[in-house]
Amino acid sequence: MPSRAQVLMRMRFADKAFQHLTHATALGVLLLLGCIIFSLIIGSLPALRAFGFDFLLTQKWNPVTEQFGALAPIYGTIVTSVIAMAIAVPIGLLVAMFLTELCPMWLRRPISIAVELLAGIPSIIYGIWGLFVFAPFLQVHVQPRLIEAFGEVPLLSSLFAGPPYGIGTLTAGLILAIMVLPFITSISRDVFETVPAVLKESAYGLGCTTWEVFRNVVLPYTRVGVIGGVMLGLGRALGETMAVTFVIGNAHKVAPSILAPGTTISATIANEFTEAVGDIYTSSLIALGLILFAITLVVLALARYMLLRVERRLGA
Amino acid sequence: MRAKLYARRRRRNAVAMSLSLVATAIGLGWLVLILGALLWQGLSGVSLKVFTEMTPPPGSDGGLLNPIVGSLIMTGLAVLIGTPVGILAGTYMAEYGRYARTTSVVRFINDILLSAPSIIVGLFIYEIAVATMGHFSALAGALALAVIVVPVVIRTTEDMLLLVPNALREAAAALGMPRAYIIRHVAYRAAKAGIVTGVLLAIARISGETAPLLFTALNNQFWSTNLNAPMASLPAVIFQFALSPYADWQKLAWTGALIITLAVLTLSILARALTATRRQS
Repeated sequence: MPSRAQVLMRMRFADKAFQHLTHATALGVLLLLGCIIFSLIIGSLPALRAFGFDFLLTQKWNPVTEQFGALAPIYGTIVTSVIAMAIAVPIGLLVAMFLTELCPMWLRRPISIAVELLAGIPSIIYGIWGLFVFAPFLQVHVQPRLIEAFGEVPLLSSLFAGPPYGIGTLTAGLILAIMVLPFITSISRDVFETVPAVLKESAYGLGCTTWEVFRNVVLPYTRVGVIGGVMLGLGRALGETMAVTFVIGNAHKVAPSILAPGTTISATIANEFTEAVGDIYTSSLIALGLILFAITLVVLALARYMLLRVERRLGA
Repeated sequence: MRAKLYARRRRRNAVAMSLSLVATAIGLGWLVLILGALLWQGLSGVSLKVFTEMTPPPGSDGGLLNPIVGSLIMTGLAVLIGTPVGILAGTYMAEYGRYARTTSVVRFINDILLSAPSIIVGLFIYEIAVATMGHFSALAGALALAVIVVPVVIRTTEDMLLLVPNALREAAAALGMPRAYIIRHVAYRAAKAGIVTGVLLAIARISGETAPLLFTALNNQFWSTNLNAPMASLPAVIFQFALSPYADWQKLAWTGALIITLAVLTLSILARALTATRRQS
């Protein structure tokens, strides 16, 4: 039978051990991020050394002569994300407005759940659907009309030029929009719900219409949070891999037409990494990953910072 | 004049409201369209063979047994590795370090990891595991998935532990329980449903992840349970088969997509039900 003091000692020891264990794992998260950044930098050193700053500015992507430049993937990533956000942000905000202002109570939960289920569907499903259902549909019904409609308009004619391939930058942007929509909707809804009822009620009391309350009370009050949610969606769109890889066509070209095939950073890595032969090729792909990670880190950090400000205000 | 202004405001309101209705219809319409196409294309390929036979060479019959088992193995391993780490870190953030500066930094970084591109995780594991071992392996795939599990579990564990009322902890402390005891026997028990939800959500998240597996676990045309060798997984097989020119491979890809979607939807609905019953009681 151990003495009372011994038992107490053991308990104190176990307590301290558990505390340090949890503390160490929490710090491990920081270490994990550090390791990811470090390994990406180490891996991309050969390519960065070989091409220097030009890596960011050249379009060339030739595995045979081992000449690589990141311009086309970076361009594709930005263009697809811009298309996605241009479509998903207004629709997402409108859906969130519907959910917080208009929707009858009994319908709110089912619709919110449906939106979150849409957010949970894996990206490869969007990819296969995009490839077999959406792209052929666009090719037959939408793209020829776009080409026809904008064929005479200057500027827009080059944006919508070329044969309707079905797959391409526009299709990838549209699929991304569908994927990002639920994220933007659910975050904006959460943010809209933080508006104090008193504020809205006083606006209604002055005779404002629902739209005016939304436009002049809800939106200004939640601006920071909405921007945070939008940037979180942008972070997803920039890094999304599988859905884009299926429908973008993987062409290393900066094409002026958004109907033409292109590529994004993540699609390039997914398509070519396992087939990459030689150090410079692999390293160039890892350098692409580093660029992508740097961009998304900045976007996500800004997004989190803005959402944090909303939370702080709630707590205060 | 006044009536005109009023009519205009009314009209503008009506336009905005109908736009929001249309937007909602569009948003939900996608869900219907995608699930409809999945069911339509996937169900026609579902048969017993899918679950009992290996992936076929092009042009012949076969199933998805090896990728299904591969996915299960790697997902299971990832959860085994990732869950304890996530729970421990979440415990620190909600219990010992609730007011510590470290916690807010870790929370910020964790939230970023939560939405970081998963293909980056694949590259990272390739660098530290595949390149050093010299070959692709199921273990590397499981590690990559574990890196994705950790932030999800940390997030829910912290949130759920913070919901446990402090009075419970104080009551236990008044009985002379040491802190570690209180956490394990009081706080964990009170937050159990929530933590399980987090793990379920993490499983749902990784069961469809493709990008981190492409160059860690690679793929395997044959039956393999060797953790030190390339292993097939459902998402990787879907990727390969869907982009192939063979009709029967494409059909199997649809069936695989249907299986994954059903699994993910079941898991997320289960997770939701768990927290919902808890809220009521």
